[in-house]
Amino acid sequence: MAMSLPLILEQTLNGFQFGVFLFLIAAGLTLIFGIMNLVNLVHGSLYMMGAYFAAVAYQWSGSFLVALAVALPASFVVGIVLEIVALRTLYQRDHLDQVLATFGLILFFNQLMIFVFGAASQEMNLPQGLEGHVEIIAGAPYPTYRLVIIATGLAVALALYYLISRTRAGMLIRAGASNRAMIAALGINIRLLFTGIFGLGAMLAGLSGAMAGPILSVEPGMGEDMLILSFVVIVIGGIGSVQGAFVASVIVGVVETLGRSIIPFLLERILSNEAAQTAGPAITSMTIYILMAAVLFFRPRGLFPAKGG
Amino acid sequence: MKKVVIASGLVAALLATSAGAAETLKIGYINTFSGGAAILGKHQRDGFDLAIDHLGGKVGGLETEVIYGDDQRKPDVAKSLADKMIKKNRVNFIAGITWSNLLMAVQKSVTRSKTFLISTNAGASPMAGKLCNPYFFTTSWNNDQMPEAMGQLVQEAGDNNVFMMAPNYQAGKDMLAGFKRYYKGKVVGQILTKLGQKDYQAEISQVRAAKPETLYVFMPGGMGIAFMKQWGASGLAQSIQLYTVFTVDHLTLKPIGKAAIGTFHTNFWNHESDNPVNQKFIADFQKKYGYMPSHFAAQAYDAPLLIDSAVRAVNGDLSNKDGIRDAMRKADFKSVRGGFRYNTNHVPIQNFYRREVVAGADGNAKIVTTGVVFKDYKDSYYKDCKMTW
Repeated sequence: MAMSLPLILEQTLNGFQFGVFLFLIAAGLTLIFGIMNLVNLVHGSLYMMGAYFAAVAYQWSGSFLVALAVALPASFVVGIVLEIVALRTLYQRDHLDQVLATFGLILFFNQLMIFVFGAASQEMNLPQGLEGHVEIIAGAPYPTYRLVIIATGLAVALALYYLISRTRAGMLIRAGASNRAMIAALGINIRLLFTGIFGLGAMLAGLSGAMAGPILSVEPGMGEDMLILSFVVIVIGGIGSVQGAFVASVIVGVVETLGRSIIPFLLERILSNEAAQTAGPAITSMTIYILMAAVLFFRPRGLFPAKGG
Repeated sequence: MKKVVIASGLVAALLATSAGAAETLKIGYINTFSGGAAILGKHQRDGFDLAIDHLGGKVGGLETEVIYGDDQRKPDVAKSLADKMIKKNRVNFIAGITWSNLLMAVQKSVTRSKTFLISTNAGASPMAGKLCNPYFFTTSWNNDQMPEAMGQLVQEAGDNNVFMMAPNYQAGKDMLAGFKRYYKGKVVGQILTKLGQKDYQAEISQVRAAKPETLYVFMPGGMGIAFMKQWGASGLAQSIQLYTVFTVDHLTLKPIGKAAIGTFHTNFWNHESDNPVNQKFIADFQKKYGYMPSHFAAQAYDAPLLIDSAVRAVNGDLSNKDGIRDAMRKADFKSVRGGFRYNTNHVPIQNFYRREVVAGADGNAKIVTTGVVFKDYKDSYYKDCKMTW
């Protein structure tokens, strides 16, 4: 296995892009978990539906921008409807009840996609004009589309930062994450706030699904791949903190990606080829969970806990 | 006097119904119809159902009832479905099963109950070798046959400096091992990826750094669709020749799209053969279901034809299990594959074709058959099977 400085740089870039992509999913999840105290396993399904909306709109219109223009409001609406119809009753309940209910919703949405669109994977190609490469690192052409994902993620991060720290709505979000009971006592319409936050989270999940469509497979069950990783990210980052979600996403993305390249390389130097090839993939899969355990050991509430004193 | 007449009349009526009514043939069909991989179950079921249509709903000349079960890709669900079909529905045959681990879970109880089990996909190697069973037949293949044919294909092409990639589970490891049985050149690198992983940018970077001439991958289902799209976007297709197994086929071709063009793979099914059964299968399949069948549908289509030939040979006497088995071994039916022959372990002896993905007239990806890799190929496990006939 070759290893060189350019390769390490390239893998770091890959990891950063993966992290930014994770942030798009984790941002909504951390807000929902932090403010509404809802363990929201359906987040993965909202990501899936964003991908489906975008894929179908792209097939119909031929334009990726149209696909996004359809997927984002559609995900927002689905989120709002889901919150009002199914999830409102869960806020008061135990986390385990929420897990059970939202897991059931995962199964429902997967079958709904099969029922409506069929079981086959949806066609979604790279948008025209974004199919090329840019040589950021000499000798390593980097897909343009992935740069677009990085740009989108950073834009969303900035927009969320502005929303949360500079607007009144953002102030309510921060207050809600910090002390839910108090803002209810202060006369804020909690119901509307929660519905709005859920819609925002759903829209972010839908956006990440739509962005993922051209490079991944748009199929039933695609949300579950991202779900566990997103929970790892928000636990490391601190539940309820978007800032924490960003930092944690990038850390997880880079560690996971570098781990996949460096660990097998190191193992081959220490162990026999045979042993390295067996142990390598196994240890690599464990990396981020070991990272999570380590972070929790030193900072049990994550890196940027949202709940104030 | 009256009572006797009525009584004998009743007896006569009872005798008449039992003698005149032919037995219904009951087939249990177990496959995955829900979840992410449901498309595999759909292709096989559509192929299976079409064959029953072509037989006029009467397999072996008997009224046929098919009982379907969704195994949800879970071994325990598959097993309880099989048990229920045998005990409650009293099926004569059980067919289906996509996944090797589900096959291993159901095979013991099904064969022990002396019910015939026909796999329309799962090709777990123990079933071709040590655990071969007089009640188990397959209309698909043994798992190792495809990668072995791939190894031979690459070896014959003279391509060297191979980099290999597969997901880290039993099938992935088998695909790499089978390939190495026939490919004797240099392996410059190997990666076992995480099962279910969808983002391969990091692996693609590693492949580029290793500078291979050839890349061999096994990436089934959604993993393959994601990988192929990313490979296409990477620009490496110009300098590295890609060979795939169980990744590119008529099922995944549309979502993968143009990224598949220029790649090679093998398959036992020559969809372009002018064998009339094959042509009728493809035409009627497209007419009935509106899409091009894959080899999954083709291999499932052969199953009712196999059952039909066997039941006819025993004149509908479903209790004559030895007779049915002898007839199944003869495989005296016209298959979509052309000649269909069984090896001693009830795994087909079949050809493996070289297939290439080219740009069709409309610019979209199209699979064409460009040669034969193995003719009448036997799997590598039949010598471990103790059955003789």
